[in-house]
Amino acid sequence: MKPTSFTTATLVAVVLMITSFGCAKRPTRVTNIPNPPIAEVPDVGMTEPIEGVFSPEGVFSPEGLDTPLIPLNPPGSHLNWQEDSETFRAHTVYFAFDSSAVGNAEKPKVEAVAAHLKSNPVQAVRVEGHCDERGTEGYNMALGERRAIALRDELIRLGVEPGRVDTISYGEERPADPGHNEEAWRKNRRGEFILLIPPQ
Amino acid sequence: MLKNVSFVVFSLATCASALCQGDRITVIKEALRPGDTEPVWVNISGLTGEALETLEFDLYVQGFNFTNAANAQYLISGSNNGNLQARAIDAINKNTLVGRAYSGASLRRQVHAFADDFVQALGRKGIARTMIAFKTEVGRNSEIRVADFDGANVQQVTRDNTIVAAPAWVPGRFALFYTSYRLGNPNIFHHDLATGRQTVFAKYSGLNTSAAVSPDGRRVAMILSKGGSPDVYVCNIDGSDLKRLTETREDESSPCWSPDGQWICFAGKINERRALLRVPANGGPVQRIATVGAGNPTEPDWSPDGQWIVFTRQSRDFEICIVPANGGRGGDATILVSGEDPSWAPNSRTIVFTRRQGDGRRVLYLLDVFTKQIKDVARISGSNSQPSWAR
Repeated sequence: MKPTSFTTATLVAVVLMITSFGCAKRPTRVTNIPNPPIAEVPDVGMTEPIEGVFSPEGVFSPEGLDTPLIPLNPPGSHLNWQEDSETFRAHTVYFAFDSSAVGNAEKPKVEAVAAHLKSNPVQAVRVEGHCDERGTEGYNMALGERRAIALRDELIRLGVEPGRVDTISYGEERPADPGHNEEAWRKNRRGEFILLIPPQ
Repeated sequence: MLKNVSFVVFSLATCASALCQGDRITVIKEALRPGDTEPVWVNISGLTGEALETLEFDLYVQGFNFTNAANAQYLISGSNNGNLQARAIDAINKNTLVGRAYSGASLRRQVHAFADDFVQALGRKGIARTMIAFKTEVGRNSEIRVADFDGANVQQVTRDNTIVAAPAWVPGRFALFYTSYRLGNPNIFHHDLATGRQTVFAKYSGLNTSAAVSPDGRRVAMILSKGGSPDVYVCNIDGSDLKRLTETREDESSPCWSPDGQWICFAGKINERRALLRVPANGGPVQRIATVGAGNPTEPDWSPDGQWIVFTRQSRDFEICIVPANGGRGGDATILVSGEDPSWAPNSRTIVFTRRQGDGRRVLYLLDVFTKQIKDVARISGSNSQPSWAR
């Protein structure tokens, strides 16, 4: 008897609740949702970037390692120099997976580039570091730079003045072979030499 | 009338089963375990079409899942004829958590607002009206785009016609930093999204990339190679007071900040082996962050609540992993799902990341790290990567 009356009471309570919830009673609060603060990202096209405010050249003197790192050339060191990607095409250096070490089998190519620069003292070179797609994008950007710098260090060791060797990393953004296999990756882990010829 | 009675019986069953689940639910709240946490069960009724899809998406990627009314912990009901009206009640104590009518903007945005109201009523941070920035392939080049976190309202940010990469939001601002080759060299730019003004931030010799703004918005960590190797640097938001924080022959990458702004975490190498490292933001000795069970870590991102570091394990494939930020649990990492380049949402439980498809195309995904519930952001077309979540 008791459980039944309890159930009945609960039923009544629940029915009341359901009714009050289930009927079309409007919620009292109406929340107006504003549009996002900016409806559209403006298209400013290829305006010239503003310089000055955000680009002071900070001064910093690195502390030495056992053998100190060789600072890179100032930006625009070889602005408007003619670029020749043919002369050293056969001297593209290939790297092992996830490595920036210049292998012994690849060193004769670097020696040939060094020899050319030594016999053409007004010319310079840009070393372009590339990666295969198996690293993450951020990691590869740094690895490509390490590869370019490793080749620069090798050229400097062979007697080329540091000021004549520029570097740039393209990470995995400019594959030599667009494939997604071992064969393509082997070709993409590379350092290319672009000969720089001074304007006449 | 008959219908009404059966509904009542049904509701009683709901009460009973919810009460039985009470203990278990309490335990879950106390110990969120990455990849090993039960979802919170919700029943949605009355909503249809885009409103229903949007609400389910919003809640699923925040650790909710859907069931019948009898098994749900929370009951959401409403209507979406024109504007949204919705109510959420706790199935156990029948308390109303949210009961509101919405107007303005779009139905989609009203649903996002309700999702945030509901999640916030549970004491969590809502993410349904946040944005992401990411890199999109355009032929051989790439540009930066922004979108709502669920991939709606994609907007192009850059039109540099070159490689543009590594977008990062300025905390609390409608502005980005990213790397662009538009001046020939990989340089870091600042982009005010409200005015469209693009400003050169760092154009030092060599590589300028991976800008990461401190949580207080005052400083920028980044990777520069001007010293002869890719190293971690930090400077003020106006570019002044540049400090070199690491000096190694190896490459450092992907700096991120601890939420208190005291540390910068990054991927580097120790004794020839890759590791997650951290350095005081003002300079000092580098410390290792343990990632036991997940070798070759890279691309760390520190959760806004300070508890976790999510990162990419780089082996034959890529896997999203998570580890306690301060060495808890013996530094044991948990491998979550395949993917790379994770970025935390403001709620410290959802991340956005990239996954490569068989054809090389890259697709953005959202993951709730505790339940491992995952959704692709398929509404964004093309090949997209390097997502950054605004927070």
